[in-house]
Amino acid sequence: MRHVLIADVEDRPGVLNRIASLFRKRAYNIESLAVGHSHRPGISRMTIVVAEDHEEAIQVTKQLDKLIEVVSVTDVTEQRHVSREMALAKIAAPEMKRTEILQLANVYRAQVVDVSPGSIILEITGDEDKIDSFVEIIRPYGILELSRTGEVAMVRGRAMPTPAMVAEEGPAA
Amino acid sequence: MKRTGAEIILDSLVAHGVHTVFGYPGGACLPLYDALYHYQDRINHILVRHEQGAAFAADGYARASGDVGVCIATSGPGVTNLVTGIAGAHMDSVPVVALTGQVPRNLLGTDGFQETDATGVMLPITKHNWLVMNAEELPRVMEEAFYIANTGRKGPVQVDVPKDVYLEEVEFDDFPPPNIPGYNPDEGMQPDPTLVRAAAEVIHGSEKPIILAGHGIHYSNAYDELLAFAEKANIPVITTLHGVSSFPESHELSFGMVGMHGNLYANWAVDRADLLISLGMRFDDRVTGRLEDFATEARIIHVDIDPAEIGKNVTTDVGIVADLKPTIRALIDEIDQLDHTPWVKQICQWREEHPSLAIRETEIVLPQWVIRQIYHITNGEAVVVTDVGQAQMWAAQHFWYDRRNTFFSSGGLGAMGYAFPAAIGVKYARPNEQVWSIIGDGGFQMTLQDLAVVKEHNVDIKIAIINNNHLGMIRQWQTLFYDSRFISARLENPDFVKLAEAYGLTGLRATSKKEVLKVLKEAASIPGPVVLDLVVDEVEKVYPMVPAGSSLAETIEGDEVEEARYA
Ligand SMILES: Cc1ncc(C[n+]2csc(CCOP(=O)(O)OP(=O)(O)O)c2C)c(N)n1
Ligand SMILES: [Mg+2]
Repeated sequence: MRHVLIADVEDRPGVLNRIASLFRKRAYNIESLAVGHSHRPGISRMTIVVAEDHEEAIQVTKQLDKLIEVVSVTDVTEQRHVSREMALAKIAAPEMKRTEILQLANVYRAQVVDVSPGSIILEITGDEDKIDSFVEIIRPYGILELSRTGEVAMVRGRAMPTPAMVAEEGPAA
Repeated sequence: MKRTGAEIILDSLVAHGVHTVFGYPGGACLPLYDALYHYQDRINHILVRHEQGAAFAADGYARASGDVGVCIATSGPGVTNLVTGIAGAHMDSVPVVALTGQVPRNLLGTDGFQETDATGVMLPITKHNWLVMNAEELPRVMEEAFYIANTGRKGPVQVDVPKDVYLEEVEFDDFPPPNIPGYNPDEGMQPDPTLVRAAAEVIHGSEKPIILAGHGIHYSNAYDELLAFAEKANIPVITTLHGVSSFPESHELSFGMVGMHGNLYANWAVDRADLLISLGMRFDDRVTGRLEDFATEARIIHVDIDPAEIGKNVTTDVGIVADLKPTIRALIDEIDQLDHTPWVKQICQWREEHPSLAIRETEIVLPQWVIRQIYHITNGEAVVVTDVGQAQMWAAQHFWYDRRNTFFSSGGLGAMGYAFPAAIGVKYARPNEQVWSIIGDGGFQMTLQDLAVVKEHNVDIKIAIINNNHLGMIRQWQTLFYDSRFISARLENPDFVKLAEAYGLTGLRATSKKEVLKVLKEAASIPGPVVLDLVVDEVEKVYPMVPAGSSLAETIEGDEVEEARYA
């Protein structure tokens, strides 16, 4: 089963290395990993999707949490959350096929971000299923290049408590 | 105040009460050694003869003292030589700070002379590590290094410092208190009272409980609590290899060690138990045997300071993440005075019928018998440091440990070569105790160069080589599992007595029982290091044994009784 983990990590050189090393050492199956700045200075947020069963996902979470630079890590799979992925697809688009492709792009709300002789680049955002289905639909036209970001996720509603916030608010009752 | 990077590091050592460090210099850390020149009144630097020895010695020092052990190595080959020792400390959760030199900042990443990606190499075998790119970071990093190494689930850390950072002068006032957002070991110290009550309830419902005591008892200093708990609940205590010396072995509730070379009755007891109360241990495969058949009838209460250990190898009924000391105290308060006489009697009966630790009467010198004599001659007061192999197992089995924290061994990594340098570290931590390094003829030859160290500093340890002229454990496996096709098991050994003498040390050899008694007495009476070449039977095997892949119920008792089954 897929598990979606959100980890806030200190923005230091080597953090990614540590996380990659952990996944390699314990042979966890990683589906995607997306990382970028969070709203807090010095803290990056990672969304990690692992293909592991429930027990293993608990182990992954605990092992990640043990890393000194991992400030917090939550398995949000069972929580109400939104997740999005972005993809850039370069598609072979000879003059005669272009309108057809653009119509499909429209259906998927994909943006045209580049038009060159013989090819176009489409940008699409959505959950994993939507991107998968778009890729399959467009494949017969000839995908020249595909670049996907991996999933980013966020829990709906109130902000996830971070250790610092817990300290400010006192422990949850 | 202006301080150099090197001075900040040494100030930090002094501030943490470090008075002995083990190391080996080289170009990249010469500035640190140059600064050390001015700290010799406060910090005693022991020059080992190979960096692996520095890591082992720091490990031994840490285990025996409860403080952090410190080792130093230069870049490149210095660091790579540390690796085995640090990997061992990592497996066994030993607090060690490794200070390593690195090429100057401008050469980083250029494949400069003696450049190794030292933090990369050490990353998977340290609890944490740092490459320090500015001397300004050093006060914080050093403070964090000691804090991380010696709190929570302990472990080794590495501080890698480019040569020019040692020399960099910065403004320095004080060491900042550690403030690491992702690391709060204090949070996980006290047990959750609800879980303690749940555990007590499970204990009250059990008829055949066993306490499995591990390394954590030592780290938590929970000896009194373990004893009081076992007595109040009247529960048999069985230890892991690292749990040896956490519970007095002469106690009527002690049934020794479990696992691959555990006592038959201990293995059966664990196999038959209806409850395992597992305290500070991690269900290593050497403990459990074939996991699917491990303690199938038992519920499991697991207390460990590391959340990731709960549920990692076995499914637990009650998992408590906390320090052992307060947890066992809380359990004592929560449970009634209990009586498990029938169960204790049952295990005693198994022991009578299958006395795993009985030593055969023989003319030839049996290695087990030698260990027993070391026990007698030291009045059981020796601190024992073992290597890896048959001698390790015999030392764990046949010396009886009544005194706390007196058994040290490379358990998780199983690194040959550990026992001798580690014993040096143990002796520096406990100068007033008799330290015996019990080591195979193979293992001794992995790190024997530190004979120069014990000579130079007159380090009073006894090096007891259990000499079977073999990689005995290899021979044992080839006998049992490879139809006696012996390859690379026999050792062509040097004359260990002459070797000792070449280093200026006393060497004594014994080839008969009479001689063994004589040289052991003599060694014990000599105030200083002695190398003992104790020549023993070459073919003796370690029993009981759980063959790899078998279950504890399938423990083999010995050559004659391979089919031992429950009474
Ligand atoms: C560094 C290292 N290399 C190899 C091994 C595998 N090994 C385990 S026990 C053993 C034999 C040890 O021989 P010796 O030190 O003479 O002890 P004995 O078993 O004979 O008592 C070997 C080679 C190991 N544990 N460590
Ligand atoms: Mg041997």
